[in-house]
Amino acid sequence: MKQKISTSGNKGLGIRSDCFITIELTDKPGISIALNSKVNALYGNPIKELVKEIFNFFDIKNSKITIEDSGALPYIIAARIEAAIKQLFETKKEFLPEFISNNKYHTNRERNRISRLYLPGNTPRLMINAGVHKPDGIILDLEDSVAVNKKAEARLLVRNTLRQLDFYGAERMVRINQIPIGLEDLDYIIPHNVNLILIPKCENAKQINLVNEKISELNKDKKTKNPIWLMPIIESAKGVINAYEIASASDNVVAIAIGLEDYTADIGTKRTNEGTESFFARSQVVNAARAAGVQAIDSVFSDVGDMDALKENVKKSKALGFDGMGCIHPRQIRVIHENFAPDEIEIEKAKKIVIAFDEATEKGLGVVSLGTKMIDPPVVKRAQNTIELAISMNKLSKDWKTK
Amino acid sequence: MKKYNNLVKNSLGRLVPTEVNGNPAIPYQGVGKYKPSGRKYAPPISSCSDYPDDGNKLVKDLKEALIKSGLKDGMTISTHHHFRNGDLISNQIFDIAHELGIKDLRWFPSASFPCQEPIIEHLKNGTINRIEGSMNGALGKFASEGNMKGLGVLRSHGGRYQAVQDGDVHIDIAVIAAPSADAFGNANGVNGSAACGLLGFALADSQYADRVIVVTDNLVPFPCIPWQIHGNYVDYTVLVEKIGIPEKIISGTTRITKSPDRLLIAEMTAKFCDEVGIVKDGFSYQAGAGGTSLSIGIYFAEMLKERGLKARFIRAGSNKYPVQMLEDGLVDYILDGQTFDLEGIRSMRENPNHINTNPFTSYNYHGKGNFSTMVDVVVLGATEVDINFNANVVTHSDGYLLHGIGGWQNCLFSKCTILPIPLFRDRIPVIKDEVTTICGPGELIDVIVTERGIAINPLRTDLLEKVKNSNLPIKTIEELKTEAEKICGVPDKPNLSDEIIAVIKWVDGTVIDSVRKVEKS
Repeated sequence: MKQKISTSGNKGLGIRSDCFITIELTDKPGISIALNSKVNALYGNPIKELVKEIFNFFDIKNSKITIEDSGALPYIIAARIEAAIKQLFETKKEFLPEFISNNKYHTNRERNRISRLYLPGNTPRLMINAGVHKPDGIILDLEDSVAVNKKAEARLLVRNTLRQLDFYGAERMVRINQIPIGLEDLDYIIPHNVNLILIPKCENAKQINLVNEKISELNKDKKTKNPIWLMPIIESAKGVINAYEIASASDNVVAIAIGLEDYTADIGTKRTNEGTESFFARSQVVNAARAAGVQAIDSVFSDVGDMDALKENVKKSKALGFDGMGCIHPRQIRVIHENFAPDEIEIEKAKKIVIAFDEATEKGLGVVSLGTKMIDPPVVKRAQNTIELAISMNKLSKDWKTK
Repeated sequence: MKKYNNLVKNSLGRLVPTEVNGNPAIPYQGVGKYKPSGRKYAPPISSCSDYPDDGNKLVKDLKEALIKSGLKDGMTISTHHHFRNGDLISNQIFDIAHELGIKDLRWFPSASFPCQEPIIEHLKNGTINRIEGSMNGALGKFASEGNMKGLGVLRSHGGRYQAVQDGDVHIDIAVIAAPSADAFGNANGVNGSAACGLLGFALADSQYADRVIVVTDNLVPFPCIPWQIHGNYVDYTVLVEKIGIPEKIISGTTRITKSPDRLLIAEMTAKFCDEVGIVKDGFSYQAGAGGTSLSIGIYFAEMLKERGLKARFIRAGSNKYPVQMLEDGLVDYILDGQTFDLEGIRSMRENPNHINTNPFTSYNYHGKGNFSTMVDVVVLGATEVDINFNANVVTHSDGYLLHGIGGWQNCLFSKCTILPIPLFRDRIPVIKDEVTTICGPGELIDVIVTERGIAINPLRTDLLEKVKNSNLPIKTIEELKTEAEKICGVPDKPNLSDEIIAVIKWVDGTVIDSVRKVEKS
């Protein structure tokens, strides 16, 4: 036994969809439940049943539990209780809520990763509706947004969230801690169908290999394996220098991202909206990504109130060659999508090139030309990508060729 | 006197009393079914010879005005809620009544607010028998737990006018707090430190009460223009130091919501309206001041601007956003029922196209029509909706009184009624098999917009047809209910007693539902 009283979760002003748990081991046998819930009239009984089920699972027979509930969903309550229990006992047992069938999908290497929404890994309120805002990816963050002393409970919350929260088709991502500390995070996410792992402050290929070794170890008994993609985040001068090594470290690296807050600090300057200070690093990341055949993803834009500045930022990012950008507020998603999307001029040009390519192929010509201009194969490839992107973003009909 | 008696099932299957606080009550019969006969109520005839020729009706203070008005046990005292949470007068009335040893008053406000929590003391000490008006917060809790001596009666703004006009409620003394008034009793809400824009909710009170007292902290020489309330109805005027707290009456500036979920629902609602062809030249809409409906108005404004269109009128709760539209030429008129910010008040004062309305013109069901039926689309809130589209706006899912009806019931008569609501709030699903309290019948509620999908009332085959090929997430209401319960779990029923603590009136004065006492757990 480690201690007699433990707590987990959050309470207080502004806390919603969460709960605060206090468990005290008592000398006399029996479980006493003190429940103070915002939803007591409608869910008081189911909450008490859940407590009993969890206590039974962990074989706890004598304790007093206090739940201060601000409307937490069952899997959140369960994660909080488990976190409190695990401070009292050493146990390998896991109380796993059902894995909902909507979350069984896997993702493709080439899928769009234009927007990915960061969610603090210990704040249930922000997670519940994340999917309805339709980002390409949802990141449950176990790194910077989680206080060190809340890390253990955040891992359980993220685990349960991966099992129970409907991601509505968004790519299921988790940002772990920097390697090697972050390797332990993998225990809580790999068995629960995470699609993509963000590896922060990545500086070399070795870190990627460590992650992959741990994934193989955790997956060794699994019969069917969904792919698990990696997106290293480059956030230091050294990382920028090694960008190509990182991007090409393994087959399952699908993108590299840049994190500018840490990077600008590392090179001893401040981040500005103009971004002059990070021009080199961003270009280097795009260049390395292209060379390795992976996607290049830009840093988040942190002023969530200024959509015009975000728009400018996205346009610059697209012009530099990035494929997508992180976001920290759901309202940023649409702006990012709209401004990364090909515009009408780009779509028209791409259509002409693709049609010219089709005609040349039909005629068995090795050379594609538009008017008097020869079109190189990479230009054709880019045009095809533009068309695909336009279709996926509802800017062009699927059957545009026949219409 | 029993609080209520003789329960029967109304046409919605709800058990309602046919006797309320000793008076007969008619069970709800369906939309447009109940038609009363007879003549309207009329106040007693007055004679100018009883009033000063110089027009000066000032008396020393509110106490003297109440005594001169003949305040006695069992009377009905009315107030308006244009000062919202900044009202300083209502509590004083009952403090005075208590001091005079008066008992068993009926308080008949157009709505109550948290600042009126001290009224609870007067409900306890017997000065007040009951409230007939909205009961929220602490007052709602007090009433819901069965502590009010009489039975509460909740009416819509239009229903309140109807009740007064038809004589269902006889007001003995109306106390009208006015931001600006002259000694004769002409009054308005556009000038003075407590400016609230207009005084429409006090119109019926001024017209039909036996005695009318106007209280102001901004006395101007005759004539007080505009005279939104006519001094010809007024018995006494009172000058006090302060009638309200300005920053609690109106906000300095209205901000749109930052909640991404609400914005998403607003955006979906606006898109839906566009998809079914509501947004067009000359259309009209009603937009509340709540976060979601405010944002819907902003989306409408964007669409109008982009396409060079103009709306004919906005039915409002006005604030800076509709005012901006009026001034940008995106709409011809604002028909304003209550004003929420400084810009709204400025516009009401300066712009002849910003119109001061009242529950008679906009909502009264016992009139020769009213303009609520002419609005193309209204967006309203609700605490619960059932699978038959019946909706609740007064009680929380745990059974406690939470909101007043406001103009909600009246607005349901628009050409398209949309409830943009989250699918669940703090784990509590909004869509139920049966709502705790029915405030509006499903046949008048056309569309539910949630962040996880849009449900259209099957009665609206026209709307269903129009969205058939759209990419809007159209679902059935049952599908939405199942989706919420999958996430939140199936809720238990709240622990409610058989005892009734209040009734909900429909716009025609019939009883649409009863509110039950909450058993404390």
